[in-house]
Amino acid sequence: MSETKNILNVSRRTVLKGSAATTGAALIGGTFPMHFIKNAHAQTFRGDPGNASSIKLGFNVPQSGPYADEGADELRAYQLAVKHLNGEGDGGMLNTIKPLELKGNGILGKKVEFVTGDTQTKSDAARASAKRMIEKDNVAMITGGSSSGVAVAVQGLCQEMGVIFMAGLTHSNDTTGKDKKRYGFRHFFNAYMSGQAIAPVLLDEYGAERRAYHLTADYTWGWTQEESIKAATENIGWETVNTVRTPVGAGDFSQYITPVLNSGADVLILNHYGKDMVNSLTQAVQFGLRDKQVNGKNFEVVVPLYSRLMAQGAGDAAKGILGTTNWHWSLQDEGSQAFVKSFGQEYGFPPSQAAHTCYVQTLLYANACEMAGTFAPWEVIKQLEGFEFDGAGNGKTLYRAEDHQCFKDVLVVRGKQEPQSNFDLLEVVKEVPRAQVEYPADMFGGELGPYQV
Amino acid sequence: MDAIFLQILNGLDKGGAYALIALGLTLVFGTLGVVNFAHGAIFMMGAFCAVTLEKILTLSLRVKDESVTFFDAYKETPYLEVWFGDTGTAIIDWSVPLSIILAIPVMLLIGIVMERSLIRYFYKRPHADQILVTFGLAIVMQELIKAFFGANPIPQGAPDIVAGSAAIGAVFGLGEAVVYPWWRLIYLAFSLVTIGLVFSFLHFTTYGMVVRAGMADRETVELLGINIERRFTIVFGMAAVVAGLAGVMYTPVLPPDYHLGMDFLVLSFVVVVVGGMGSLPGAVLAGFLLGILQSFSSMTEVKDIFPGIDQVIIYLVAVVILLTRPRGLMGRRGVMES
Amino acid sequence: MTNTKIVSPKQDILYMVILSAVVLTMPIWLQPFGAAYPDLMQKFMIFGIFAIGYNILFGLTGYLSFGHAAFLGVGSYTAVWSFKLLSMNVIPALIFGTVLSGLFALAIGFVSLRRSGIYFSILTLAFAQMSYNLAYSVLTPITNGETGLQLTQGDARILDRAAGIQADASLPTPNLFGIEGIGYSGFYICAALMLISFFIYLRIFRSPFGLKLRAIKSNQSRMGYTGYNTRPYLMTAFVISGMYAGLAGSLLAVTDPLAGAERMQWTASGEIVLITILGGVGTLIGPLLGAGVIKYFENILSAFNDTVLVNAFSFLPDWLANGVASVLGLFVGDGWHLTLGLVFMLIVIFLPGGIMEGINRLWRLVSNRSSSSAEDKEKEQPSTKEA
Repeated sequence: MSETKNILNVSRRTVLKGSAATTGAALIGGTFPMHFIKNAHAQTFRGDPGNASSIKLGFNVPQSGPYADEGADELRAYQLAVKHLNGEGDGGMLNTIKPLELKGNGILGKKVEFVTGDTQTKSDAARASAKRMIEKDNVAMITGGSSSGVAVAVQGLCQEMGVIFMAGLTHSNDTTGKDKKRYGFRHFFNAYMSGQAIAPVLLDEYGAERRAYHLTADYTWGWTQEESIKAATENIGWETVNTVRTPVGAGDFSQYITPVLNSGADVLILNHYGKDMVNSLTQAVQFGLRDKQVNGKNFEVVVPLYSRLMAQGAGDAAKGILGTTNWHWSLQDEGSQAFVKSFGQEYGFPPSQAAHTCYVQTLLYANACEMAGTFAPWEVIKQLEGFEFDGAGNGKTLYRAEDHQCFKDVLVVRGKQEPQSNFDLLEVVKEVPRAQVEYPADMFGGELGPYQV
Repeated sequence: MDAIFLQILNGLDKGGAYALIALGLTLVFGTLGVVNFAHGAIFMMGAFCAVTLEKILTLSLRVKDESVTFFDAYKETPYLEVWFGDTGTAIIDWSVPLSIILAIPVMLLIGIVMERSLIRYFYKRPHADQILVTFGLAIVMQELIKAFFGANPIPQGAPDIVAGSAAIGAVFGLGEAVVYPWWRLIYLAFSLVTIGLVFSFLHFTTYGMVVRAGMADRETVELLGINIERRFTIVFGMAAVVAGLAGVMYTPVLPPDYHLGMDFLVLSFVVVVVGGMGSLPGAVLAGFLLGILQSFSSMTEVKDIFPGIDQVIIYLVAVVILLTRPRGLMGRRGVMES
Repeated sequence: MTNTKIVSPKQDILYMVILSAVVLTMPIWLQPFGAAYPDLMQKFMIFGIFAIGYNILFGLTGYLSFGHAAFLGVGSYTAVWSFKLLSMNVIPALIFGTVLSGLFALAIGFVSLRRSGIYFSILTLAFAQMSYNLAYSVLTPITNGETGLQLTQGDARILDRAAGIQADASLPTPNLFGIEGIGYSGFYICAALMLISFFIYLRIFRSPFGLKLRAIKSNQSRMGYTGYNTRPYLMTAFVISGMYAGLAGSLLAVTDPLAGAERMQWTASGEIVLITILGGVGTLIGPLLGAGVIKYFENILSAFNDTVLVNAFSFLPDWLANGVASVLGLFVGDGWHLTLGLVFMLIVIFLPGGIMEGINRLWRLVSNRSSSSAEDKEKEQPSTKEA
């Protein structure tokens, strides 16, 4: 359905539906059964480069709003990935991911080009931007984003449009749970995995006799994380004193922090991300929580989802705070090293976890196309489903077919007390093996939907 | 009891911040009749005065970290520490309070330049035009800050000596758990003093009295041969200084980013209007009132009865007040009503 | 903009014909601007409806509502729920979306219109912000919070099922008896509704009712002295503009069946104020132009990246191309907000009447040159003011 050039071209589906309506088959809904239509256009799909010598990808990242820095880093990673795919530069992870069929001559011999857009970290803007990429630029795949709301919204659109979406940074269980889609894939880890990974470390560090107090960002991602962390910590014997929801963008959290002082809790868990996390952590430390002794133990603060950019924003307050992260540049495996090397040489500083996941997602998509021998999304999806690979920075990784979630090692990190350099803000406490964070595919429900739309 | 005491403190602290921002906004509106949507951006610029000074003070001797191979990572030691040892460390430690010295002239200048080069052409224009032009200006200011400093928040520490919490529970005969950060107490004191200074200036100096006379009846004051416009320019600069200082002092509480101004814009307008357009005491009163109500509505006990009340309390209060008192708490008849 | 000249119905029909021609040929003449793709053109139409509706309130009565996005949001949520519960046909969605927004506007207007000036603005802002905050968090069962309300396979769609329409494996698309709400057909649905809305709006502008609204703007007390009770007129204008916003909101859901809370945020309300002022408050066509300019900026300027820029200037020597690209890069891509801010400032400084004033000035310049007689100029002026 290439509608971009010919303005009078009405999609086949529309014509058939229209005629169906005129023959009176569908007077109200017009949701005409389309079994035969499917077959009729089985060979055409959106983003089909046809005979063109290049293939276009859409990089949809936050360029304005609170996650603009993360978005900028994602874009850098994408540009690097495109370079490597086209055989420029040192190849990065092209040399380390195994198995890999990419040859550095683009994808299926077509040169990789890209378009960019601004999600503004708003569902509406992100979908508008994605639609532009699909309708105007005829992209074969869309990727990027730095929040779960946007990821779920764009993923839904991509399912309807029949364009593959390789999610960027999104941590909610819903992305590959309740709201999972056949056309959506997530390499990033999720809240449940964070909980499973961090709980044993918390047990080791802080003991089993703990009373936790949750402050949670009042929206879907916050809730799923609170639920996951609560379950995981209660599992190791911790008691949950209270869970309090805080408005997104509250700025000043003092009115939520002072009740913690008197609650008898000895651990504060901040289910916040981005600016909320920077503010709440800074202020919690300012209130002297970390100098406190409660129940004869040191009061501790935990930030289940951590990133280097956030640690940077929180400054000294982040020192010694435990959390989980998808990936960190200090990892010593071959894949991480190759990526940090290319990225560092290109831009002069290390990549963030958002950059890493976006880079890997692009290569994985490209490789799946190569394996499928076509850009037809339903074939590419089949290649990605159940794809198992190594050498991308998190050990052996599986793209689970049932929910399109990647399963790989998860990092538990701590804000570094004595940073050696300006980028040395987190230290890896533990690489939690994949087996420990796995869960049954049907745990969060959801329906993938059809291969062909 | 302890909890309530702490929430009152929280409310006063928040209220101080709201009142300070609203004060400048009201001042500008009362004198110049301009609805200044760039006021939040001025607050943000103040915060970035602190960031700038900190960046300058921590200009660093950079030693390459040889253990990092793929990019250049540096172990940074500020020159001040290299040259002056502990004295240097102390200066850096005090960078936020020191930025006040930087912020006063800078914000005054920003205010005066803004007024002379742009705002004054909008005195006679409809409020809608004023909103559009100042909103445009606010966007330009924040985007320039973003271009220079990035979008990520930049942490600013309070001096070590006041970085922790004060055990004020003992002072007031309350529980041991009643502690409050020194810096927030300082902020509260600072806002009270600043508000006091602005009021004294307007009430007890001849200059201020002329300004107030100008607010009440500009024409008559001008007929007396006083160049009221020049005084208003100074007042605009003063409003910028007040907002800027509020921004500087707020940085240890809220790591500033380029969007800080927009985050406070709507809120400060609600405070001003609830207080009554053009009324300085109204703005202060409304600031504290909304701050305290916001704190109390966030308590679990309250939220259990009214779910989500902390999300809407400010607006709810605004609606109730505006419906019971047509011109806000202390507004005058006929101001901004048509 | 006082609109004293009586315009004959014939002229209005001509007006509508020209506007229709311009709108319906958009897929062709927007081609060179890179804007001729369905989603953006749909947005032009939808925000055009939103803006002209807003202009009925703000442009005619001078009441500056800072909470109109709430009605947009209610329209969207209602439309999506209509798709979920009743039918994928757009007609119930549009009707329910518009009517419910109208009712919501009635409730908010009833309270807010007790005050005027900035107090009115803040009241509307407060209601919209409350709606937004609640939709984002506490009302998640109805709104699906941050993620936004989406269609699912298992939706009831009572009417569709009753009509024997089977849901197949893929999600159904909103449609008008088979004409899909997405793509170019979606654009034509939006365009048709925009033209109908515009026609009603034109009639309101020309009607005695419109004249009374204008009288409220120029002097409400005097209006009162002449024996008119202004409240009912204001109320009607408020509800009508709320319904326009609701229609726009439902169309957003028709072209893309998702309703998110951000639609109700104060920034969205602010956007429509800016669109109207930018285009020209109180002018007929100005708000449409404002909507076009802002949506174009948001979608096209933000998509320019350094690579595109460097390519665009590849005819220059390398160092120069890179230099030009890095300077321009400040204003496009992630810097598109900067351009937006500058444009607001420039327009309001130099063209207080918005884009329409710019067009009028150009027109006068042209007509001055072409005709030397001063009488002609006099004749032209009022009629251009109509525009």
